[in-house]
Amino acid sequence: MKLSENWLREVVEIDADHAALVHALTMAGLEVEAVTRLGEALDGVVVAQIVSAEKHPQADRLRVCQVDAGQGTPLTIVCGAPNARAGIRVPLATVGARLPGGVHIKAARLRGIESFGMLCSAKELGVDTDASGLLELPADAPVGTALAAYLHLPDASIELSLTPNRADCLCVHGVAYDVAALFDSRVKVAEPPTVPVTADARRGIRLEAGSDAPRYLGRIVSGIDPTAATPEWMVERLRRGGVRPISAVVDITNYVMLELGQPMHAFDNAALAGDIVVRHAHAGETLKLLDGSEAALDEGFVVVADEHQALAVAGIMGGLDSRVTDATRDVFLEAAHFAPAAIMGRARKLGLHTDASHRFERGVDPELPRRALERATALLLAVAGGQAGPVLAAENLADLPRPRPVTLRRARLRRVLGVAVDDVEVARIFTALGMQVETLAEGWRVIAPSRRFDIEREEDLIEEVARIHGYDQLPTASPGGALTVVPDPEARIGEHALREQLAARGWFEAVNLSFVAAESLARWGFSERLVALANPLSADLAVMRPSLLPGLVEALRRNRARQQDRVRLFEVARVFAAGDPPVETPSLAMVAGGTARAEQWGEATRPLDFYDIKGELDALLAWGGEPARWAVHADNLPPWLHPGRGARVTRDGAAVGYFGTLHPQLAKALDLGPDVQVLELALEPLLTRRLPKAEPVARFPSVRRDVAVEVPETVTWSQVDDVVRRTLGSALKELRLFDCYRGKGVEAGRKSLAMGLILQEHSRTLTDTDADGCVQRAIAALEQACKAKLRG
Amino acid sequence: MDELDSRVNQALTDIDQAATLEALDALRVGLLGKSGIVTAALKSLGALAPEARKARGAEVNQVKQRLADALGTRKAVLERAELDRRLASETIDVSLPGRDGERGGIHPITRALERIAAIFARLGYQRADGPEIEDDWHNFEALNFPPHHPARAMHDTFYFSDKRLLRTHTSPVQIRSMAGRQPPIRIIAPGKVYRSDSDQTHSPMFHQVEGLLVDETSSFADLKGTLTEFVRAFFERDFEMRFRPSYFPFTEPSAEVDIRWETKDGEARWLEVLGCGMVHPNVLKNCGIDPERYTGFAFGLGVERFAMLRYGVTDLRAFFDNDLRFLRQFA
Repeated sequence: MKLSENWLREVVEIDADHAALVHALTMAGLEVEAVTRLGEALDGVVVAQIVSAEKHPQADRLRVCQVDAGQGTPLTIVCGAPNARAGIRVPLATVGARLPGGVHIKAARLRGIESFGMLCSAKELGVDTDASGLLELPADAPVGTALAAYLHLPDASIELSLTPNRADCLCVHGVAYDVAALFDSRVKVAEPPTVPVTADARRGIRLEAGSDAPRYLGRIVSGIDPTAATPEWMVERLRRGGVRPISAVVDITNYVMLELGQPMHAFDNAALAGDIVVRHAHAGETLKLLDGSEAALDEGFVVVADEHQALAVAGIMGGLDSRVTDATRDVFLEAAHFAPAAIMGRARKLGLHTDASHRFERGVDPELPRRALERATALLLAVAGGQAGPVLAAENLADLPRPRPVTLRRARLRRVLGVAVDDVEVARIFTALGMQVETLAEGWRVIAPSRRFDIEREEDLIEEVARIHGYDQLPTASPGGALTVVPDPEARIGEHALREQLAARGWFEAVNLSFVAAESLARWGFSERLVALANPLSADLAVMRPSLLPGLVEALRRNRARQQDRVRLFEVARVFAAGDPPVETPSLAMVAGGTARAEQWGEATRPLDFYDIKGELDALLAWGGEPARWAVHADNLPPWLHPGRGARVTRDGAAVGYFGTLHPQLAKALDLGPDVQVLELALEPLLTRRLPKAEPVARFPSVRRDVAVEVPETVTWSQVDDVVRRTLGSALKELRLFDCYRGKGVEAGRKSLAMGLILQEHSRTLTDTDADGCVQRAIAALEQACKAKLRG
Repeated sequence: MDELDSRVNQALTDIDQAATLEALDALRVGLLGKSGIVTAALKSLGALAPEARKARGAEVNQVKQRLADALGTRKAVLERAELDRRLASETIDVSLPGRDGERGGIHPITRALERIAAIFARLGYQRADGPEIEDDWHNFEALNFPPHHPARAMHDTFYFSDKRLLRTHTSPVQIRSMAGRQPPIRIIAPGKVYRSDSDQTHSPMFHQVEGLLVDETSSFADLKGTLTEFVRAFFERDFEMRFRPSYFPFTEPSAEVDIRWETKDGEARWLEVLGCGMVHPNVLKNCGIDPERYTGFAFGLGVERFAMLRYGVTDLRAFFDNDLRFLRQFA
C-alpha cells in the first residue's frame, strides 16, 4: 500500500515532520517499507509551453525550441527529448535552477546554439522514474507557475507493509485514523455530498449469492465526455499511491479506492442487458477478463452478470467486453460489498492478484459502498460531465456484519500488558480511532466503526491501546510463577551430546534438505513407502527422504569435486515413511571416504575399510554401556551395501539399521571408489544408555593365556567368540583377538585366529593348572564346534 | 702410613680428573678394592701395637671416607654428564605434527540452535517436539488461521496428496504441547520448517525455535523482559531493541522484535529477529485451557538468521551445501 504523504496530511493535520511520521507509523504496526521522496529542490523549475520546435542545424537528435515560460519573450532551449514538439506544456528548469540530482542549470552553447535552460523528464525532476521523454503536463497547466506548487511538491510516496488484519489501512482515510490517534489529532472527514439526480436511468439489481454478496449499489451516469482527461492532482495522487493512470473513469474509481478503501468498477452501460444479477458462477462458465486472460470459473466464484452472461468476477476483476472504452458515454458504476470468505483464495486460483481482491479478501467496510458511490459520481460529473441517475441498491441486511459493542475490563488490560494505562489515555485512543466509547465501572464499552471490523473481542481493544500508547512505553519484567526443574533422564544420551561426541571423533555435521529426487532414490533402490510432495519446487526436491544417506553421499561427492579427499560427514535428522500418519524416524547417518587416518608424516596411510566404520559403531555402543544387547548380522542387506561387506544392526533383536561399504556398482554410478563407508541407524536406540550399577572390583590377579587356532574361512569370529565364552563362563573376563592370519603356514581355505584369554576368578587366585585347564577346554570346544586345529 | 698419605692427594686429583665412569671405577678399585691401597693399609694394621693400631685405624678410615666421598661426588657429576649426553642425543623435532589430533565440528545451525535452547533451558523451558508432516488443524486451524485467510497465503505451504502438509512454522508444537495438559507450561521447540520458496534469501527448508509460556501471571511486560534478556544472552552484548506491533493469528497483542545491527561499514539498521505475542484466547481454548484463568506468551525465531548474525555468515545457501571448507570454520 502506497500513499502520498501530502494527501494524508490533508486528511489529518499534524505538526510532526516526515521522519517522525514515518517512525510513528512503523511503531504503530503500519510498517513503512520504503519511502520515495518526490520533487525536492525544484526552485527555478516552472511550467512552460513549447511554442516551436525546429531541428538543430548541426545535430540530428537535437531540436531548437522556442519556449514560453511566462516571461514575455520566449526562451531558446536546445532539447534532445524525442517528444519535444510545439504545443505541449512541459517543465522547464530555468537558468540558475538546481535539480534534485545536483545538476546546476546554466546558459550553455549546444552545437553552436545558445540554450537558456533545460526541459525536463519526470526522472530528472525526481517525481517519477520515467526518463523516456519530457514530462508532458496538461494543456491547462498555467504557464510560468512554479512546477512544485502546480504538482503539490515536494511530497513523499510512503509504502506501507500492512499485516492482513489491517485492511482498514489500505486507504488514506484508514491510515489517517491511526495517525490522528498517534499525534493526538482528528481526521477531517467530510461526508461526500449527495449528488443531485438529474436523469432517471435505472437498471434492476438482483442479489442471488446469499451472504457472499450482501450489498450491491450501482448508478448509471449518462452522457459523459469520453475524452475528458484526469485532472493533474488526481494523476499525481494515483501515481504516488502506486496506481497507473489509465482513463478518467477508471482513474476516478481507483482514486476513490485509494481515498476511502472501496474497490469499485465501471461498466459500459451500453454493454449490459437487463438486470444486474450477482450470483455464483456456473460450473464451466468462462469470462474474458480485462487483462485479456480467460477465467475458468466454478460455483465457488461470485460473478456480476446481466441477463445473459457474467460481466465481472466479483471483487477480483472486470470483464473485457463490458469495460469502459474511449467511446463510452453511459457508465454503470458499481460499489458493492463482498464477504471476505467469498473472495479469499479465488484470485489466486485464477493466477491473479488485484487491488480489489487484495482488499476484499481482507475485508472492506460494509457501510462504505454508498459513500464511495456518491464520491465517485461527484468526481465523475466534475471531470467528465454527464447526468447522474438514482442510486440503485440491493441489500440483504441480515447478511451484513454489524458492529457489536466490546467490553474492555481495566483489570484485564492491566494483566495482559503488565502495567496500568491511564483511563484518560485509553478513552482518548479509542475516540481518536473513531470508536464510540462508554465508560463503565470495570472499564470501557466500545463500539468500533464499521471500517474496523477487526475489532471483535477484548484482546483486539487491548492491542489497540498497546499499539497507540506505544510498545516502547510498556515496561519489561521477568516472569514469575513456579519454576520446576526440567527433567533430564540420566539413562538417556542427549542428542547434542551425541553430536559433540562424533565431532570429537573427527566427524563434521552436515545439514541437507529433507527432500530428494525420486531418481536418486531409484538409483539407491529405495522404492517402498515413499512420501512424495504434491507441489514440489522441482523434481530434485520432490520426495521426503526415506534415508539420510543419498543426500550425505552426495555431499561427500561434492566435497570430493572440491579437492576435499578425506571426508567424514554425519547428519542427525528425520527420515520419512508413508503411513497414517506418516512415520518420522529420527536417524543418524555417517559417511566417510578417503584414508583411514589423516595424512601424517610418521604413519602409513591406507584407505578406509569396513572395520573403520564398524569401529565408529563400537564406540557408540560402548557409550551406551550395553553392547551385549546389540548384534550385527551379515544377512538381509539393502541393495546399496556391498553384499559381502555390509551388516545389519539389531538391538534386542529389533532392526536398528545398516552399515558397511557402499555397493561397488552404486559407488561407480556416483563416480566414487571402494573406500566409501556408510552407516545409518535409528537414533532412538543409540540414545539409550545404562545407568551404571557398581560391582566390587576383583581382588585377585588375572591370568592371560594366548592361543592360536586354525579354522575354516566360513567360521566367523563371532562363532569362535561365542564358543569360547560359553565354554569358560564367568572365568573368562575378556577375549581379545590379536591376529587374523592367512597365507604361508596355514592351509588354503583356512585362517589362523590368535586370541588372548584373560582369566580371573572372583574368590581366589587362579593357578597355572586352572588356567591351562581353561585353555584345554576352550580348544576342545573349538575343535568340536568350529573344526578348529590348535596351531603349534 | 707415609705411603698412603703421600698417595691420597694424588688419588683425589685423579678422581677429580677422571673423565669417564669406567676410569673412575678403575680408580675406585685401585683405592678401595680388594687389593687397593686403602684395603692394604687396613690389613697392615694387624702388625701394629694396640695403641698405635687404634690411632692408625682411625686415620686410615678417615682417608677411606674422604676417598669414598670424592668418588661419590665425581660419579654423580659423570653420571649427570652421561645422562645429559644421552638425552641430548634423543632430542626430536617437537614441531612435527602429532597423531590423530583432528577434530570434526557441529553444524552452525545446530550450534546456534543448541545455544538458543540452552539459554531457555536455564530459564526452566522444557524441550518439546512435533511432527514435520503436520495436519491442517495443528499448523493453521488451531492456531486461529481460518481457511483461505490471507495470513495463510503468507505461508507458502508444501502439501501432500492426502491434505497433510509440511509444517510452515514450529508453532503447531504449541498446540501439541498444550493439548491435554494444564499450565504452568514453559516449552521450547526447535526444529525444521518448510516453505515453498527458494532463492538467495529463502531456503525451502529452514529452522525455527518456538517458545511458549503459559501461567496465571504472565504479561506482555514479561514477554518483553524475557526476549530482551535472551537476545543479550545469545549475542553476549547489549543492543538497541524495539518491539513493533505486528500480526500473527495466534497471538494478540503481537509484536516483531528488531535489533539495531551495525554492518561492517559502520552503518546501523533495524533487523527483524523475532516474532512474538500474547497467546490468543482462541488458541488457549482450542487446547482446553481457560483463557480467563491463564495467560501466556509465545515467540518464534529463525535459527539461520541468528547463526548468520552470530557467526558472520552472509550466504544462506552455504548452510545446506555442506562444504567442508565452510564446516571446518565451526569446529
